[in-house]
Amino acid sequence: MSAGHSHLKDLDYSVVQQCMHCGLCLPTCPTYDATKLERNSPRGRIALMRAIADDRLDVTKAFGDEMYFCLGCLACQTACPAGVNYAELFEHARAEIEEKKVLANPKRNFIRGFTVGWLFMDLRRLEFLGKALRLYQQLGLQTAMRRIGLMRLLPRRLQELEAMTPNVCAKFSVELIAPTTQATGVKKYRVAMLTGCAQDLTFSDVNRDTVEVLAQNGCEVITPAEQSCCGSLHAHNGEWTLAQQLARRNIDQFPPEQFDAIITNAGGCGSHLKHYAKLLVDDPAYLKRAELWDAKVKDIHEWLVEIGIRKPSAPHLTPALSPPVGSGEGEAAERRSPTRLVNQTSQEHAGPEAGAPFVVTYHESCHLTHGQKVVSQPRELLRAIPGLKLIELPEASWCCGSAGIYNLTQPEMAGQLLERKINHIKSTGATTVATGNPGCLLQLINGAAKAGLKLRVVHPITLLAEAYRAENSQ
Amino acid sequence: MPLANELIAKLASIVGAENVLTSKEDLIAYSFDGTAAMQAMPSCVVFALTTDHVVKILKLANQTKTPIVTRGSGTGLSGGSLPSADCIVLCLVKMNRILELDSANLTILVEPGVTTLAVFDAATAAGLFYPPDPGSMKISTIGGNVAENSGGLRGLKYGITRNYVMGLEVVLPDGEILWTGNKCVKDVAGYSLRDLFVGSEGTLGVVTKVLLRLIPKPAAKKTMVATFAQMDHAAQTVSDIIAAQIIPCTLEFLDRTTIHCVEDFAKVGLPLDCEALLLMETDGHPAAVAEEAAKMEECARKNSAMEVRVAKDEAEANKLATARRSAFSALARLAPTTILEDATVPRSELAKMIRFVAAIAKKYNLRVGTFGHMGDGNLHPTFLTDERNKEEMHRVDEAFKEIFGEAIRLGGTITGEHGIGMAKKSFLPKFAGDAQMRVMRELRRALDPNGILNPGKMFDQ
Repeated sequence: MSAGHSHLKDLDYSVVQQCMHCGLCLPTCPTYDATKLERNSPRGRIALMRAIADDRLDVTKAFGDEMYFCLGCLACQTACPAGVNYAELFEHARAEIEEKKVLANPKRNFIRGFTVGWLFMDLRRLEFLGKALRLYQQLGLQTAMRRIGLMRLLPRRLQELEAMTPNVCAKFSVELIAPTTQATGVKKYRVAMLTGCAQDLTFSDVNRDTVEVLAQNGCEVITPAEQSCCGSLHAHNGEWTLAQQLARRNIDQFPPEQFDAIITNAGGCGSHLKHYAKLLVDDPAYLKRAELWDAKVKDIHEWLVEIGIRKPSAPHLTPALSPPVGSGEGEAAERRSPTRLVNQTSQEHAGPEAGAPFVVTYHESCHLTHGQKVVSQPRELLRAIPGLKLIELPEASWCCGSAGIYNLTQPEMAGQLLERKINHIKSTGATTVATGNPGCLLQLINGAAKAGLKLRVVHPITLLAEAYRAENSQ
Repeated sequence: MPLANELIAKLASIVGAENVLTSKEDLIAYSFDGTAAMQAMPSCVVFALTTDHVVKILKLANQTKTPIVTRGSGTGLSGGSLPSADCIVLCLVKMNRILELDSANLTILVEPGVTTLAVFDAATAAGLFYPPDPGSMKISTIGGNVAENSGGLRGLKYGITRNYVMGLEVVLPDGEILWTGNKCVKDVAGYSLRDLFVGSEGTLGVVTKVLLRLIPKPAAKKTMVATFAQMDHAAQTVSDIIAAQIIPCTLEFLDRTTIHCVEDFAKVGLPLDCEALLLMETDGHPAAVAEEAAKMEECARKNSAMEVRVAKDEAEANKLATARRSAFSALARLAPTTILEDATVPRSELAKMIRFVAAIAKKYNLRVGTFGHMGDGNLHPTFLTDERNKEEMHRVDEAFKEIFGEAIRLGGTITGEHGIGMAKKSFLPKFAGDAQMRVMRELRRALDPNGILNPGKMFDQ
């Protein structure tokens, strides 16, 4: 980047000017709600960006801290009548912060370099790390370490982080999903399946369920073994150039011309995947294809409702009656199952009496709801499952605190939000919560465990896949 | 001139260091309110948590003659809570407790930082109703509503904030605490100081407690949307409804530009093929509601309404009202800067005023979106402009001068519900006249001899 370059100053001024500071975003902002400080609000943050664009403020460390205190949940974008594109402002602000290095310190540089710059740039590296972690968990080392209290020797923050380590799936998507899956019955569409990174590491079963459900709905599914990260992590963390690289790589790997849709089942990824054209706006070689790509990327819920969900004929069988495929191998398998039953075995989760409805509540992933405006479709999908009763979750669209890697970087705020979310889930009396994003799934699993709450945390698509399987077992 | 460190330290000793903000990043975030194209940097921001804090802060400011600008959520639209340069911003959003809901006397006692919506919700939970509903009610604070005497969509039938304030605790500039009003429906003891403080825009004292009147919740309501091919038809419908001696709880109007912006944001299915839209709501006894709704529909149809649609349930009615509340902000979709005003005329002059606004927009070659509370004559002509375009901004100023002049000529007012603040300061003397200006100046001087409270707002001392 040239010395004179500045993301915020070079940005079309009308984007910052779009905010007319009416304040209607304030009540929807989780950080403002917590602190009541204008600086921690969307219009306050935009005022700072505008001050930078106007040369009234330098890119300071305080500005950097502020932009990393923002969850990036985009609830403000839904609330904003003026149509401010906060997502774009947010990403440019973070990119500016990284380029000006106002937050740089050796530890942060190392962690960022390792994760954003290296690990998530090539998913084979992530897979290798995942395998190591899996081995650690499978050999019972984690349990042993925890049992003998070795963890207590670690500093408190590390202990907390260790407790949050996700359970790595027994198998990655590549081991579960064939490169081509034929449609069940008449083939109506040809779609590509993005398996994601965090999703693949911890919820590869959700990927398999997604492919099964797609096939059940007349889609031929192409799932290439070798895939790349979508770049959302990079764009949200100020690594503009790396995000552009990954966007180009994905467009090459999944030529958008060849598919009716490119499917993602992770709310956070989808929100980024749909905006490659903005990212590649200065790249004439890719812009046209990026626009086509953006039009083809569909969240799984959105796509299924668009093509019309085939309603399962059989009532959903609760896990106790019908354990999810691949989790019948005793305790170890149960631990790894995507449909985690926190603080209980599947036997304990006897579910409702036969004939009684299976009660589920739905937590909205921020980037599915605010980023992609996919709000009604997951509920429609859940309601399509016979025997399932959907109870609305109070504050369903309020961030759970996961927010990408926010729960790692801002544990205090993330913890507050998680507690609030878990209390609301408790208030519904539902024993299952469904949500369409791996970050939320992990966060809620951790939250339920911490609260000692018996709760099944599951992707909506898994419930639908189970219902289709129940048809076959009839 | 920045505040002396000594003063900052004293403020911190009153409210705690965590409740005093001085960094540039913090101050920028408090350098504006909801008003377009106005900005000024304060010296510091102080959060009071108790009346005692307010007392001590005011004493300190009065001794040092430091200007104080009180604010809540900063959603005002006349620059009333815009900082004076180098002032202390006294922010009351952390004084946000509901202190008492008295269902025997139908009152609620709250701190000033409670949001309007929280008051409405608390009343609803007790089976009661708090009607004033400014557009920003989800976040606007009661303290701000009292200071600006805010209106809203239900003003026509239920009145405005003033009609619900029964009592106030006010801290005067010298730190003395004053209580005015009580829970009595009738009280004629002395001057009604309560009414003096309502709408005083933070120039006479700092409100630290508000006692509000609640009313029984109407048993039924019906919401309708009527569309018209001509603006005049909508205006005539309103006149006919009023002439038929029906007072609906809401009679809101949107013009074509506003309808498109609102629909673009709220997606509530507003018809896009009309020139004017009326959002009409009647509430009360179910039988009366049915009768009034039928008459209102008849009035609309008689005036060639293209369509009259009845909201099918409470959820749809709420969606429509929420969509209407977003009108001002939604207009910002079309231009970088939206400047709205709230010229108000007697209802009989509405059609004339609407035509005048359209003619003025044409004369000055400006884009305008007009919406407002048609039932009470309170219009919101909103010019769509760009504050960086000095020449166009000048034309906007000229246009408003003519609009205010016409409003006064028609027996109206320069502000129906937003207040004078900075935005209409220059129009006040002409509107109020010499005698009123003199009395207002003397009142202000009597209460705030050092001129520390919101200096430069409403009028100069």
